[in-house]
Amino acid sequence: MSDINFAFLDEYAKREIRRSIIKAICIPGYQVPYSSREMPMGRGFGTGGLQLTLALIGIDDTLKVIDQGSDDSVNAVNLRKFIEMTCPGINTTTCLQEATLIQSRHRIPERPLRADQILVLQVPYPDALVIVEPSEDKRKIMHGEADYSRLLVKLYEDIVKFDEITISHRYPTRINGHYIIDPSPIPRYDVPRLNNSEALILFGAGREKKIYAVPPHCPAEPLAFDDVPFRIEDFTDSNGERRACRLCGSKTSFLDEFIDEHGVRIYQCSDSDYCEQQQELAHE
Amino acid sequence: MNKILEVKGLSQVYGPGCTLCFTSTGPEFETNICPHCGSIVALHDLSFDLYKGEILGIMGESGSGKSTAVKCLYFDQMPYSGSAIFYDESEQQPLFKLNPAQRRSLRNHRFGMVYQNPNLGLNFDISAGGNIAERLLMSQVMNYREIRERARELLARTEVLTERMDELPKNFSGGMQQRVQIAKALATQPPLLFLDEVTTGLDLSVQAKILDLILEIQAELDTAMIVVTHDLGVIRLLAGRTLVMKYGRVIESGLTDQILEDPQHAYTQQLVASAL
Repeated sequence: MSDINFAFLDEYAKREIRRSIIKAICIPGYQVPYSSREMPMGRGFGTGGLQLTLALIGIDDTLKVIDQGSDDSVNAVNLRKFIEMTCPGINTTTCLQEATLIQSRHRIPERPLRADQILVLQVPYPDALVIVEPSEDKRKIMHGEADYSRLLVKLYEDIVKFDEITISHRYPTRINGHYIIDPSPIPRYDVPRLNNSEALILFGAGREKKIYAVPPHCPAEPLAFDDVPFRIEDFTDSNGERRACRLCGSKTSFLDEFIDEHGVRIYQCSDSDYCEQQQELAHE
Repeated sequence: MNKILEVKGLSQVYGPGCTLCFTSTGPEFETNICPHCGSIVALHDLSFDLYKGEILGIMGESGSGKSTAVKCLYFDQMPYSGSAIFYDESEQQPLFKLNPAQRRSLRNHRFGMVYQNPNLGLNFDISAGGNIAERLLMSQVMNYREIRERARELLARTEVLTERMDELPKNFSGGMQQRVQIAKALATQPPLLFLDEVTTGLDLSVQAKILDLILEIQAELDTAMIVVTHDLGVIRLLAGRTLVMKYGRVIESGLTDQILEDPQHAYTQQLVASAL
């Protein structure tokens, strides 16, 4: 292993990514192109997020890797193992409060992030405009001129057809009043937490070779109409009560729906670390 | 009278262009292809003024440069040379000196365009109402109910059944598509409207209704319009003043009645004489 550089990437690659990150922070929401090195895993498996993490991680960092809220799912475990292997000396954790660097797939952790933490999100499709304009050249011009009317027409058509906006994840969000980003496939529940965040939130798309950022204390506003406001997932049951996690009983967290062996729908926290901490608190 | 548009020396050349292009093409040479460099001189030295509420007709056969003129003014393409000033309320906008964002803003808010082919003006993948909503959303109308209401009003105004506003325009007849296009163009109440062969390909009764609609709109909103057509009937009905074009040049201009009753240029005489 000794002939592999710390954090796998060579120092030039890291420097390029760090420069791209700085540019992304300077222009909130702008998709900065970067070279996206070949990684020892398929593109689309989190290589964008991984490269950000590898470029940022230092020997004194404590890393948390999550996949849809869980520390134990395949993508998270594999990425964590790879980073542990290539970055000897770093600490890994599942506890959010201990982490300094968090790489996540499709969720923002339940608890608020702190200013000394960085959240890295893996992004499959960085451009929110891709659903209305196939040409990247034209999309760049549209972004530059903040020409998002065609995206808004999509929302309009949604309301016409279904009486509500039906986008469940990848909800287009306007950053700092100009660029609209695809905030990666986080649920709508997580979108308001991009707004005025304490922590730096970075987005890395490996296949599409783009890096963008929502810097701390930056406004992030989900697209909506004045009279049809943005809303998050509805977890109320047929009795009008908010569903609770079956493990920790939390009535505020984002819930995953399962079908148990008896065919009954059950709900539990999507963020496993949060759920465990809540259960421990209840025991004390 | 308030001037709304002033066009001076507008020219368009497709191809490399050379110094001899303009002096070796035109009606007297019976061609618009430059014999020296092979470029096509689609338009040369078009100048006119347009006043508020006026309808200017541009008439000519296919390839005479009439659509090119309108496409340049609507920024579908940039001209080879020439200038145009748009008098927007108190401001003067030099059209070909604006940056892309300013051009887009003028296109979206102050100009309207109705193409011969509804394919170009409408997005067939979104509903008729959505097409109108797009223009309203461009001008920062962000209230869903208001957008619905305005779209419904516009479609009713252009005599499209409002029950069909949530249908895709590809399910509509040609005449209906053209009406939706007009409704879309009118969404922001633009002071200047370009109509490029709007009635071509429609049957006569539908043509008559669309022309009536255009006249009503002009009377109601005092919209200035540039009507491009090869149809003498359309010119006679709509235009107060007319330019006759051939091989990219204006060969005759004046009041429509005068041109149709007493054409001076041989080509215009032939055109008027050959009208059915």
